[in-house]
Order: sequence, then structure tokens, then C-alpha cells
Amino acid sequence: MAAFVVTDTLKAMIGRAEDPVVQKVEEGAIQRYARAIDDPNPLYNDVEYAAQSEWGRLMAPPGFAGWAVKSKGFDMFKLFEKLQKAGAPLGLLDGGVEFEFFGSIGAGDILISVTRIANIEGRETKMGPTMVTTVETISMNARGTVVMIMRNTLLQF
Amino acid sequence: MAKQIHYEDVEVGSEITPLKKIATTKMLVQWAGASGDFNPLHYEDDFAKNLGVGRPIVHGQLKRAWLVHLMTDWIGYKGTLKKLSCRYKGMDYPRKMQNFDDPVDGETWWCKGKVTKKYMEGDECLVECEIWVENGKGDKTTPGSAVAALPSKSK
Repeated sequence: MAAFVVTDTLKAMIGRAEDPVVQKVEEGAIQRYARAIDDPNPLYNDVEYAAQSEWGRLMAPPGFAGWAVKSKGFDMFKLFEKLQKAGAPLGLLDGGVEFEFFGSIGAGDILISVTRIANIEGRETKMGPTMVTTVETISMNARGTVVMIMRNTLLQF
Repeated sequence: MAKQIHYEDVEVGSEITPLKKIATTKMLVQWAGASGDFNPLHYEDDFAKNLGVGRPIVHGQLKRAWLVHLMTDWIGYKGTLKKLSCRYKGMDYPRKMQNFDDPVDGETWWCKGKVTKKYMEGDECLVECEIWVENGKGDKTTPGSAVAALPSKSK
């Protein structure tokens, strides 16, 4: 068995940024997220409680922006398709994630997120020759402050 | 939420209050809707089988969100989560539902962790933690780490 060989076509995709995604963080989206992970924290679920808190509004759990980018405008699966057209294997698993949080996100915030392929490398894994892709998303608020960086590791085999 | 924890309350080796989770097919549907992750791997039997994982598996990002929940519950409102990472090392399979609300009997997952380092950086009181999701057999299917700032009693 050998490591996956990264073609020049795939290498050319490294560093290229996708179109920015601009979105408003909605109360309902935060509540659905909190419910889905079974987190009863009233700061994420109870609008009145959150309004009385020091934050003054419903807040989003850390990591919320990571999925919001995926669901609202940037389609991760379209990126997979692009990679597959460029020669990536068809099998796909999520290998892991790294988050850095620089600020909180709450209802009403405007988020601007940019996603790019930060790296592609070939490895040999238990699935066989595997392409390991690091996808980086940087999200900032309307004031231009970076609030989150997310790096996803995708395994294609 | 538990009582607010402070930097002075923890030592290297201190346990993070464990958090119980039960992945169900219903929870996976809710997560797909909330997250926008509609990969058939998480709901389509044949698709999962063809990919070699047997049957639909729990989303890695859902387990990551459980680990965030573990940390935010433990550090409390006055704590700040600075970093979190994890690897989706082992597959987890959701319990099926027996009625609208209750899953069938089966596996229960625990999110756990411990403090591996505590240090000051500028005026921030930081703790580094090893965290993980453990399946019913005690296997760490989702190991990871986190860094959080805790409030100090002296400030």
C-alpha cells in the first residue's frame, strides 16, 4: 500500500479562497443548535433569561459559527465535488477539527466568513491511500474582529 | 449550570465534571437540520454500508459540539473557551427510537476530561485539558484537547 499521490491540479487548489459568506445570526438558529446537542443552558435557549443576563441577548455556544457557515451559504459538499473533479478519491470521512475562539457570538451579529483549502497531502491510512485536506474557515464580525478560526481535517480515500 | 469554578480550585489532574450523552437517530436528524450537514452517511443504511462503516454513524461535529458543552458547563459563565480540538478516531452508532421521545435501551456516552496544565499568560489564568468522548465500552472514540481561561478569586 502507498500514500495517495497529490496531483498538480489538486496542489493548485491550495490557498484558493471560496467566496465570503455573510450572515446574520438568528435566535432560532441558536436555539435549534442548542436543542440538537441537548444543551439546556438558558443563555442559548431562553430569550428572556438571556436579555436579563450581562450579555443582554441570546448567545451562541462556541463552535456555532462553524456549522452556520456550512449551512447558510458555503456548501462544504460543493467543495468536496470540486476536489473530486480534480482527482480526489470518492470516499469521505471527517477526520477532526481545531477551533480557536477570539470572541463571543450572539443573536443579531453579522458574521463574515471565508473558507480556503489550507493544505492537501497524501498519506497511507487504514482506509488505503488517503488524501488529507485541511479546510480553514476564518469568521469575523461586522467590526472586522476575527471571532473564530476553524480547521477541519477531511479524509478522502 | 454548576457553581462557578475558579483558577485556584483546579490542579493538574483535576477532573472535569463528566457529561452524559445519548446519541439517538432523532438527535442525528436534529443535528443535520441545525448544522446543515446532510451527508447520507448519517441516515442512509446502504450509503453507510458501501462506505465501509456498517450503518449510519454519529456526526463527528456533533461529538465535537458535546465536548464544547462539557467545557462550557465546567468553566461556567465567567470562564472563556479559547481553543478546542478533537479527532474522530472511532465510529459511534446512534440508538434507535422506540417512541416519539424515548430511545431503545443501549449505549450511553460520557464526555470526560482532566486538567493537564495550568499557567498564567499575561493576566489570563489558563488551563489546558485533555478531553474525550467515551463509548459504552469505555473506548475514547473522540479524543481531544482544550484551553480555557478561568476567573481568579484574587481579581
